[in-house]
Amino acid sequence: MNKELLNQDSQKLILLGNEAIVRGALEAGVQFVATYPGTPASEIGNDFAEIARNNDKLYFEFSTNEKLAMEAVIGASFSGLKCLCAMKNFGLNVASDSLLPFLYTGSKGPAVIVVADDPSCHSSAQSEENSRGFAGLAHIPILEPSDVQECLDFTKLAFEISQKFNLPVMVRLTTRVAHQRAIVKTSDLPEASPSGAKFESNKHQFVTMPPRVLEMHQELLEKLDKIKEFAEENGINKLQIPQQANPKSRLARIGVITSGVSYLHVMEALRMLGIDVPVLKLGFFNPLPKEKIKQFIKPLKKVLVVEELEPYLEKETICLAKEVNPKLEIHGKSLLPEVGELKPEQVMAALALIIGKKLKPLPVVDFKTIKHKPRFCTTPVCPYWRVFAAIKQAAPQGTIFGGDIGCYMIAAFEPMQIYDYMFCMGSSVGIGHGIAKAVGGKQKAITLMGDGTFFHSGMPALLNASYNRSNILAIIVDNRITAMTGHQPNPGMGQNAEEGTVSEARIEQIVGSFGIKEENIKVVDPVDDFNGMVAAVKELYAKNELSVIIARRICALLEKKQKKNQDKS
Amino acid sequence: MDKNGTFNIIVVGVGGQGLMTLLKIISQAAFDAGLDVKTSELHGLSQRGGSVSVYIRFGEKVFSPLVPQGQADLILALEQQESLNGLYFANKKTVFLINQQETPTMAQTADKAEIEQELKKVVRRAIFLPASNVCQKELGSDVFSGVYLLGYAAKKGFLPFKREELESAVRETMPEKYWESNLKALELAGH
Repeated sequence: MNKELLNQDSQKLILLGNEAIVRGALEAGVQFVATYPGTPASEIGNDFAEIARNNDKLYFEFSTNEKLAMEAVIGASFSGLKCLCAMKNFGLNVASDSLLPFLYTGSKGPAVIVVADDPSCHSSAQSEENSRGFAGLAHIPILEPSDVQECLDFTKLAFEISQKFNLPVMVRLTTRVAHQRAIVKTSDLPEASPSGAKFESNKHQFVTMPPRVLEMHQELLEKLDKIKEFAEENGINKLQIPQQANPKSRLARIGVITSGVSYLHVMEALRMLGIDVPVLKLGFFNPLPKEKIKQFIKPLKKVLVVEELEPYLEKETICLAKEVNPKLEIHGKSLLPEVGELKPEQVMAALALIIGKKLKPLPVVDFKTIKHKPRFCTTPVCPYWRVFAAIKQAAPQGTIFGGDIGCYMIAAFEPMQIYDYMFCMGSSVGIGHGIAKAVGGKQKAITLMGDGTFFHSGMPALLNASYNRSNILAIIVDNRITAMTGHQPNPGMGQNAEEGTVSEARIEQIVGSFGIKEENIKVVDPVDDFNGMVAAVKELYAKNELSVIIARRICALLEKKQKKNQDKS
Repeated sequence: MDKNGTFNIIVVGVGGQGLMTLLKIISQAAFDAGLDVKTSELHGLSQRGGSVSVYIRFGEKVFSPLVPQGQADLILALEQQESLNGLYFANKKTVFLINQQETPTMAQTADKAEIEQELKKVVRRAIFLPASNVCQKELGSDVFSGVYLLGYAAKKGFLPFKREELESAVRETMPEKYWESNLKALELAGH
């Protein structure tokens, strides 16, 4: 962790976007933090884990999945604490079951939900999910920082809004914001105040049973109306008018609406083009300051909406223009891609087209590129090499391989390219089960899932596979840590963030209680007992029953780190 | 330096080669010089031995954290084949400093001659340096190759910082136990 995050006094320094989120929460006096790690949000949890250790004013946990992190935060908020919950975009899907009713009940202690999207899927399989969609689904207020200073400032503002209106507030990041470094100015840390946590029964507010739940829906909409008024006036929706604006100039009637990191690309593009046009930079994504947008577009001839992924702002602009400026030419996805993150040169090209400026095309050079695919560690040697070598020896041609989310997903890349399907956390078993039921005994699936994923959402999938009599062979590659996201503890290690050592959850005992036959559950060390691993795959593959191999071998990086620590002590 | 006074650096390499260390040293040096700085980096899946590019931009005022196409002043390639992934950001004035080290891939490969031929389609100056070999021999590990390249860039004036400025950035961004080797790596290329 960057030790300067804890400096008492204000200072100017370089921070990572995620570090600025942490600092912002500390400046706001956060008392309770829960998360499940996921890139590009992982550093938030890692930093809080260190900060909360030996700190009785701040509770932190790595929950076993995002829904549980959300629920922990809901409980703490109901008890009056200032809370923060962080996750990547897909985590919000898992947490959404609890998020939606949380908006109905509202928060008591302020609650900030940080969600990091990953346009271009730099660190994600699955989808290019755009969490802005939750504005419509959950009605959650959403702020979108562009740079590192705003990560800090908007986090603090999110706490204020949540406190003022008793609703959870989302801060939505993307990879290029969360993993941006820039100079920020911090403020002083507040004196830690006594927690004062107390759960006071309030059945009227915290029980979402009908018919009360419909009233709550109505109350939510009324709260949002009030936040909308607040958003209309708030300075984070920033109108930039060119300084030496000539109202008669053609450029004065061309405008840009943007938010998030796209705003920075817009500013870069304007500078590269050497022009200045009015820009409306939105800090609020939900509720949108519609009056402000209407005022902005009313005198314009053309507007360019610059946003990544789905055209939410563009569609809103089209609706609003019908009221105030039906002739307005609205550009967005007609000139900019909907797939992948935006690049400044793409924004520049779109702007040039709109203002009618001819760009000198960059020389097109046809050059060769070589991509290194991610691979299992070689120094020290990752135990997964042995797991996949054993599978290759033991599994017959035609085996269906189901993948999951964790380091072992690297086997989807060349040269292994082993997986026949890969979706989301825990789905290797769930989908494998569906295939098994569909094809009867004619084909057989081997699924691979790590220990972290097993605890996250693999457990109910295996229970269902057992209950409904599947015949898959589920291999749980237990490397004793949640490795891919940067070594966060999980229940299988017998360690948690807050207390250090706790009792260990035994995967073999858990699956043993699911009704899987004892002889169909094997624990093997794929490195020390490679032949045993091969034999186990062969033996269990041949059975037309659900079976589990727990391939247990510590992550080589973790082993190295532990040895180093031992040598020190 | 582009026409807006922003200096653009791309570091390309393979996850685990110390790209983040370079990013921190350079941005700290820019901060110390009173400049505005923005960088962009990648974590997670992309770090596991795969191709990684990081962006470092500094100047009077920097907006985007991403270097626009064709705008790089300096490209540091910690693995020689990775230099090809930097070409998108290069123009004819861009300087490439390339560590002569190869991490094999299972698919395509390119040898030094082929890489040179590709780079010459765009740039005039692509300099190959035996950073890994020198660091392995002198410092016992090639993990310092990036810092070696940085020292070389400072010495040749490909970077608007002097070696002393990079040295203090090393001290500010790293725990003391790593200072000696990194300062040595800066110096190795500097004479």
